[in-house]
Amino acid sequence: MSAPHRDLPPLVDYVVVPFLNLAVAFLVAGLVVLAIGENPLQAVAIMLHGALGYPEGVGFTLYYTTGFVFTGLSVAVAFHAGLFNIGSEGQATLGGLGVALLCLTFDGAPWWLVLPFALAASALFGAAWAFVPAWLQARRGSHIVITTIMFNYLAATLMVWLLVEVLGQPGSMSPETKTFEEATRLPFLRDFLTPLGIDLGQSPVNPMVFVALLSAVFVWLLIWRTRFGFELRTVGQNPTAAVYAGIDPGNIVIAAMLISGGLSGLMAVNEVMGVQHRLLLEFVAGAGFVGIAVALMGRSHPFGVVLSALLFGILYQGGAELAFEKPSISRDMIVVIQALVILFAGALEHMFRPALGRLFARAETAGGRA
Amino acid sequence: MQGSVRPQSVPTSIPPAAERPPAIEFVGIDKRFGANHANRNIHLTIRAGSIHGLVGENGAGKSTLMSILYGFYQADRGEIRVNGRRTAIRSSAQAIAAGIGMVHQQFMLVDTMTVLENVLLGAEGSATLGPAEKRARAVLARLASDYELEVDPDATVADLSVGEQQRVEILKTLYRGAEILILDEPTAVLTPAEVEHLFRILRRLQGEGKTVVVITHKLKEIMAVTDEVSVMRKGEIVATWPTADTSVESLAQAMVGRRVLLEVEKGPSVPGAVELAVEHLTLRDKRGVIQVDDVSLEVRAGEIVGIAGVAGNGQSELLEAIAGIRHAASGAIRLGEIEITRLDPSEIRDLGLAHIPEDRHRMGLVLSFSAEENLMLGYQDDPRWAKGLLLDTSALRTTAEAEFVEFDVRPPEPAQRTALFSGGNQQKIILAREIDREPKVLIVGQPTRGVDIGAIEAIHRRLIEMRDAGRAILLVSAELDEIRSLSDRILCMCQGRITGECRPETSEAEIGMMMAGLSGTAAKGATA
Repeated sequence: MSAPHRDLPPLVDYVVVPFLNLAVAFLVAGLVVLAIGENPLQAVAIMLHGALGYPEGVGFTLYYTTGFVFTGLSVAVAFHAGLFNIGSEGQATLGGLGVALLCLTFDGAPWWLVLPFALAASALFGAAWAFVPAWLQARRGSHIVITTIMFNYLAATLMVWLLVEVLGQPGSMSPETKTFEEATRLPFLRDFLTPLGIDLGQSPVNPMVFVALLSAVFVWLLIWRTRFGFELRTVGQNPTAAVYAGIDPGNIVIAAMLISGGLSGLMAVNEVMGVQHRLLLEFVAGAGFVGIAVALMGRSHPFGVVLSALLFGILYQGGAELAFEKPSISRDMIVVIQALVILFAGALEHMFRPALGRLFARAETAGGRA
Repeated sequence: MQGSVRPQSVPTSIPPAAERPPAIEFVGIDKRFGANHANRNIHLTIRAGSIHGLVGENGAGKSTLMSILYGFYQADRGEIRVNGRRTAIRSSAQAIAAGIGMVHQQFMLVDTMTVLENVLLGAEGSATLGPAEKRARAVLARLASDYELEVDPDATVADLSVGEQQRVEILKTLYRGAEILILDEPTAVLTPAEVEHLFRILRRLQGEGKTVVVITHKLKEIMAVTDEVSVMRKGEIVATWPTADTSVESLAQAMVGRRVLLEVEKGPSVPGAVELAVEHLTLRDKRGVIQVDDVSLEVRAGEIVGIAGVAGNGQSELLEAIAGIRHAASGAIRLGEIEITRLDPSEIRDLGLAHIPEDRHRMGLVLSFSAEENLMLGYQDDPRWAKGLLLDTSALRTTAEAEFVEFDVRPPEPAQRTALFSGGNQQKIILAREIDREPKVLIVGQPTRGVDIGAIEAIHRRLIEMRDAGRAILLVSAELDEIRSLSDRILCMCQGRITGECRPETSEAEIGMMMAGLSGTAAKGATA
């Protein structure tokens, strides 16, 4: 028999619902800002100006966005296979190890020569870190959520040991590798654009922003235009039907997690080779977890992931500006706002859906009678 | 068609009920789900103390109407009167309070609890269970003797046969004081003997003055047990007749709105070489329990072999083993000369075996995919669309458009989400996919479950055409009529074993005995 809530028109599904969720998140965030005695409208103005109002701000926004696109795509690919990859943070961390080892080995070589290998190394290390939880899920039924969370802790601890005991510089107190040679570092976009009169200031956005966009196109093709993507979606939507269709769900789970881990690993090139120029502790800075929110809000579609990564880029950069301008709104306040967006856009994604469904059903009935 | 519909008023023939107001009256009930007009201005009177049948195709609105009565949905317009009084029913608790009890098609029982605990669930009546259990035990004993509803109150539900589980459901409603019982497709999973037992229970209930509504699509059963029958079509009540004045043919015609072929027309079969052979096949589940027990069978080119049996007696597992989805504990399966026992589903498919699975939602389709994507499920390696690195989506679209026309899939829109197609059209999508490649062997599970009558005809015709083209077909169905009308040979299965082989002309009673694992002895206490 018919379901009480019929499908929403695509426009509503993909535009109105996310927008509504976002609006409610900001409304509640506004109330919080009001509660601590600041003007929410002014706060929004400062955030928007800080993130988009001038070239340097845009540069920072795009730099944050780049990382979020990678981790968001990573989580999205796993989602399509029915897997909740919480391990993006750890996979990106290991990706960073891959990039750093490569850059240190070929230190001094020109960046354009090192970059392809750096991309491969980061993806390989990220994928390798995702492999063990994937294998355990596929062959032993250990739940991937639990194992990937554990692997985040393992990655963090491994990093401390490596940077203190193995890769750290002799005589230095800080747990980090030596800084790469100038030639091996990725150039900043500001190096090209500032001479052209676009002043990106000190913003760290680098060519990885283009790699991120290419990755989104790659993921789209992979998911919707290849046989493998079809099999991956089948496993994600109906594993029993997948077995019927001659697909081994275990193989797909492993392959999907390798791709997911690889995408997370790529995030590290942006940070390690593009910005920090050395490997240091916690360089991922939560981008792996933001990736979960990005994928949820982008409804696991690469285009949606790019858009929601941009939104989170704006929140990060705008939030930093806001904390700077308004000392009463601390950095923690920004985290609250981001958490509200995650809450409404991700966890409560379906909150308004039934009501909207009824609204549209009624409108259609009325239209039919007229 | 409308001309033949009689007026609603029916001469009252059961004396005690004549004095009482109608048990239920639907007055102008109207319900829409978006564009779907599920119930249109329903006026229906269910006399107190009668057994009333409600028939109609899938999607005709029967379940919606009963869900409104039971408080799952709210009607957009109209009112419900219970025992002559207007009654607002906004939840199942209010329905129970009004004396309405529902036995769902999918039983709502907690498998790991005992019968007594299930009956008490939600009707404990006190904080400690002791007194409630004592009271319930007494009530159950009385109900058991009054209505032939014998079930051991201390048995765990999981250990009961399907028929016994259904009795527990009926006991639950009676324990809550139901005067009006609604049964949704009550016979779908019962053996013929269990169906007889159920009917005896229903008549006892009627004898005690209770009112029974039976929703079904099995017209013979309507004829056997009801006093009155109402037919729904496209959300409307198109007829209400005293059962004595109607026939299976006129009910079928009213349901579909045109004459239907209930018998499948087919010539004699011309069996050829053995295409599928199963030899001493034994299957065990994860716990080691035997599901298929030393089964041997052969299917020849140009014949349909039907497996009759109550659902859950190993037929599903047998089909899945042949398709390579389950692996045999022992025994062998051969496709022509090739042994396929250890091959996986895609290898077996490549060798020319097609599989129409019995549960299309769980296995045969990915409902969230577009219809054309489902046309490639299992055939994603087909060179027609999988030549290069990327899928050739335009080739898939062209193929889908052609096949949807050929197989009369409605609407013929390959890009539409599969879940939005009706059951019959979903089944046609699977049929198109599996038949299109002209397999040598076709194994079919429940081909017409949840499919409307029009589509059943089309599906049956396709299967006969396949047979006449020299394909070997193994058919599993819970519908005995379907098995008998399509098959050239019938095998009966019970508890994982083949319990008999017969011709399709064999009487239903005899097949029923074999299905219950008995031959010749009385089918008492049949197991499911």
